[in-house]
Amino acid sequence: MELIKLLGILIVIIGFALKKDSILIILSAAIVTALVGGLGIPGMLDTFGKSFVANRSMAIFILIMLVTGTLERNGLREAAASLIGKVKNASAGKVVAAYGVMRGIFAAFNVSFGGVAGFVRPIIMPMTVGAIESKGEKVNEEHLEEIKGMASGMENITWFFFQVLFVGGAGGLLVQSTLASLGYEVSLLDLAKVEIPVAIFALLVSIVYYVLKDNKLAKKYYTKK
Amino acid sequence: MSFFMDAEVALGTKLLEIIYIVIGLLTLYTGIKNGLDEENPSRAGTAIFWCSLGVVLAFGRWIPTMVNGILVIIMTIPAIMGKVKIGKVGAPTKEETESNFKKVGMKIFVPALAIGLFAIIFAMFTKLGALVGVGVGVLVAVILLMIYSSDNKPVTFLNDCERSVSTVGPLSMLPMLLASLGAIFTAAGVGDVVASLVGTIIPEGNVNAGIVVYGIGMMLFTMIMGNAFAAITVMTVGIGAPFVLAYGANPVVIGMIGLTAGYCGTLCTPMAANFNIVPVAMLDMKDRMGVIKNQVVPALILIVFQIIYMIVLK
Repeated sequence: MELIKLLGILIVIIGFALKKDSILIILSAAIVTALVGGLGIPGMLDTFGKSFVANRSMAIFILIMLVTGTLERNGLREAAASLIGKVKNASAGKVVAAYGVMRGIFAAFNVSFGGVAGFVRPIIMPMTVGAIESKGEKVNEEHLEEIKGMASGMENITWFFFQVLFVGGAGGLLVQSTLASLGYEVSLLDLAKVEIPVAIFALLVSIVYYVLKDNKLAKKYYTKK
Repeated sequence: MSFFMDAEVALGTKLLEIIYIVIGLLTLYTGIKNGLDEENPSRAGTAIFWCSLGVVLAFGRWIPTMVNGILVIIMTIPAIMGKVKIGKVGAPTKEETESNFKKVGMKIFVPALAIGLFAIIFAMFTKLGALVGVGVGVLVAVILLMIYSSDNKPVTFLNDCERSVSTVGPLSMLPMLLASLGAIFTAAGVGDVVASLVGTIIPEGNVNAGIVVYGIGMMLFTMIMGNAFAAITVMTVGIGAPFVLAYGANPVVIGMIGLTAGYCGTLCTPMAANFNIVPVAMLDMKDRMGVIKNQVVPALILIVFQIIYMIVLK
């Protein structure tokens, strides 16, 4: 009958897979696990309260937000646009690569420029189109579709793998607290350090892959030398 | 006050507690401002959510754990009912940000990078810890922004903070709630049950086999759930701890790389709609899977790399 303790895990997997409300899933899984695991409701409230207070460090993002909004107000996005705008005479793939380098570096400091809606669409896409047109070509629709995919891919990959380098980010804090509940104490700095080679490798892989892919597409769609 | 006077408590712990009080007060401000905001379509629910969270964040140390638990449950109710909403949005206009950029220019990067920089400096060279560094970095950034422009008054920061916190909304509490769920899993002995099940697949004591199952499992679980944070709490308790960490593998490597192994799953799943499907709409792409198709190859290379990296460094 030990298997019944897995009910909570099942709720989490099925709940997320069915796109139910995330907080509802977590709460249901917590209540069910507490009941079948013999903690009872008082035990659950106690564990929840203790764990929530112990994990207040994960709310550090609220303090950081004391400046993120005002940074935006004072022209952070415009400054980033002007920085990436210095990339000239590049192919569309190289524009995406340059954006990856910039986004990676800033992600390591937990700085974002507004995501796909705020930066890729208004800044990066026109740059890639400009890069193609500057060579005297008319932009091919299928090529443009792939560039959009690559720019979003670069946006995601660099954010995922570089934001973990920020000491005090949510990922490291969650790993730290998960390990602590299992009896292993680790420092946030060590958690960030161990990701450095992975982050650099991730950036290199995506740059090489996207630049090669874009070169191949450019050859396919544009005949002119 | 006795806590702050106690000479036994390390300075870093005291400073961190002050940071939590500030965070809690910012959260309370978000709750009260929305509660009084007539443009907010759900004033009561929004206020209940942020205010109960704010109380736990600011004063949780001095509140009995059971009461904290009840406050957390009260917090989740309006969130589950979809009653936590955004009120009046005082977002800056394009004209405002552009004219500010002309005034401030590239110097804006200094406060932007200050927070991360102070976090590293404090983690490496002081005993106060990275999070106190984040706090100092925020303070420095605020001061710099106030020097750059006299338009940046204290209330500007408060309202911009409220706007950002309201925008991320209740889902920003996911990591904290998942960590608490993980604690309940551990307390109820869920990990032991998973371990006894998986033990029939992984030969006992074969750490490398454990790492392979753990890495691929993180990726697949994340693809199913669409959320690496949810996957890591389940996988670390069930597989990471009993089959890898129990045999002396380095928890820093296994825990952290396990999470980014999960990110390879995030890159490959439409379940992670924010990252993979929303951009398709925003960029007017024709293929719904257009973003994912461009991420599969890097994700596969990265998962192989990370599994080897865990085996080598364990």
